[in-house]
Amino acid sequence: MTPLLEVSHLRVEFPTRRATLVALDDVSFNIAPGEILGVVGESGAGKSLTGAAIIGLLDPPGRVVAGEIRFDGRRIDNLPYDEMRKVRGRQIGAIFQDPLTSLNPLYTVGRQLIETIQAHLPVNAAQARQRAIKLLQETGIPAAEARIGQYPHQFSGGMRQRVVIALALAAEPRLIVADEPTTALDVSIQAQIISLLKRLCKEHGAAVMLVTHDMGVIAETCDRVAVMYAGRIVEIGPVHDVIHSPAHPYTVGLMGSIPAMDEDRERLLQIDGAMPRLNAIPSGCAFNPRCPRVFARCRSERPDLLPAGATRAACWLHDAQAKVAA
Amino acid sequence: MSSVMARPLVEVTDLEKTFDVSAPWLNRVVERKPRQFVHAVDGVSFSIERGKTLALVGESGCGKSTVARLLVGLYAPTRGTVRFDGVDTSKTFKSGAAQALRRRMQMIFQDPYASLNPRWKVADIVGEPLREHGLAGTGPTDSAGDLTAKVVVLLQSVGLSAADVEKFPHQFSGGQRQRISIARALATQPDFLVCDEPTSALDVSVQAQVLNIMKDLQRKQGLTYLFISHNLAVVRHVSDQVGVMYLGRLVEVADKAELFARPRHPYTRMLLDAIPDIHMSGRARTPVQGEVPNPLMPPSGCSFHPRCPHANDRCKVERPAQLRFGGALIACHAVEEGRI
Repeated sequence: MTPLLEVSHLRVEFPTRRATLVALDDVSFNIAPGEILGVVGESGAGKSLTGAAIIGLLDPPGRVVAGEIRFDGRRIDNLPYDEMRKVRGRQIGAIFQDPLTSLNPLYTVGRQLIETIQAHLPVNAAQARQRAIKLLQETGIPAAEARIGQYPHQFSGGMRQRVVIALALAAEPRLIVADEPTTALDVSIQAQIISLLKRLCKEHGAAVMLVTHDMGVIAETCDRVAVMYAGRIVEIGPVHDVIHSPAHPYTVGLMGSIPAMDEDRERLLQIDGAMPRLNAIPSGCAFNPRCPRVFARCRSERPDLLPAGATRAACWLHDAQAKVAA
Repeated sequence: MSSVMARPLVEVTDLEKTFDVSAPWLNRVVERKPRQFVHAVDGVSFSIERGKTLALVGESGCGKSTVARLLVGLYAPTRGTVRFDGVDTSKTFKSGAAQALRRRMQMIFQDPYASLNPRWKVADIVGEPLREHGLAGTGPTDSAGDLTAKVVVLLQSVGLSAADVEKFPHQFSGGQRQRISIARALATQPDFLVCDEPTSALDVSVQAQVLNIMKDLQRKQGLTYLFISHNLAVVRHVSDQVGVMYLGRLVEVADKAELFARPRHPYTRMLLDAIPDIHMSGRARTPVQGEVPNPLMPPSGCSFHPRCPHANDRCKVERPAQLRFGGALIACHAVEEGRI
């Protein structure tokens, strides 16, 4: 199956007065049609930036300096602004973390939905309104006909996020980039939104790139997961394998540091130190100063993604050629 | 003596806090708006044994942070009492003994970016409680060196280095800042720490570091914690007892093992069901219905009844009392009547 989205060797830089910061470096992955790919990592790993680069919303001075992003075979990272506007929303929908700031507080939710629908689909106002009501009903908003005339502040946090999902689905995009869609919500609401997102994307046949720091959400939702660290993907593979038999020492540490609901441990596994700042990324493997299994090669040479069982990990421990030589 | 030892360190009885959220006087007169009150904490009772951890869990707006603030005296209770080591704290906080009491209870806040003064060096931040309580640096024979030496010991106890005393908060990462907050809270050698979402702003690997430090300190110094969190997995890791709050009321209090193995209250069950399962054990999840109601207009009777699958007519009118079932305290008619 040809991938819906192909990201290859993506590099995003932020030129500053002192130095050029490399925020994403050599990021490559694919998303198949209808697939849900999770992107997980800690603050500053570059997961949101990857999403922003795909939907063409990198904040200046950030820019794509190398690599390419292809959507349905067509290159989209170098499209002019107006061309990209047609792709964004129509082909690739977006859901952001904070539902209050991603809705315009001065317009009713109906107006925002109708505007989005009419911008992308050839429908008249009455048809657009019907579609808006249908979308709100699909996202589980009770009394959609009445609430379509209300303003975002009249909705609760969970209801607002439902409106945002309706907006993202308005033009039937084939890919949705969801950036921490449940982080601002309470656990009981979070479960509702996740199952809603999963169900709707399946019904509409949309693929999802789900960016989150919550491994639990990833485990429940995604088909595959990419683990990011310091601007690079360190491990990518099927969710089950990454969670149960992680291959990269960072993934092992990340999984061990999450308090589990079904086992008792006196102490959590901890990774000492913190993620490096962008202006001080160590040479070789960026994780080497914190890695419990570091050896000489890690400090000098940077590993690419290597096959490691069912997943692929950027770690010299999985270098088959070196193993054969030794 | 033995009776004194057996008494819990913290005993909270029927604690209530209401906030006046009425419109201004002029609006009330001109627009005939009524006075309005929010019952942020509504009849909460619990106790914490020495050296143990009670965790309070609940969703946003359930009143768990208000309980924390009531305990350390940042708010005065509207009704009810907090007894700390057998002494009623609301009286003590108004008397001359307040300083001595405050030395024994300290607080760690959620946001390590907001809770440290950005213009102060770490030596001043951690040293302030020492100076304030006259524990170092204020006596006639004390030198500034004594204060610094004590600060260094405190920093080392949370895994920071002696060289860090000369740094400012912006030079630290989020996890390190939260360690500074912990060092500051430990400066007065308190018995009781109130931790209000201490790891919510941190990444998981950093959260693990902070939780490990907090557990190590508890073991070494015999600290008693009130740990507030919305993350049940974290609560399960740190606590001995767990209290579940909903709209200002404590709906279930039980030992950790009991609560997680056999949750009784429908809200507790709902919360446990809502946690995304990282190990994908194929557990059947009941979809959670509805949202937390507006605390200004809480539902009648049991405030959980609009979302509860077991609610009947009694739940809609009669507020359930906290009753003891085995080792747990539960406020639920359905549990009382043996319906669930």
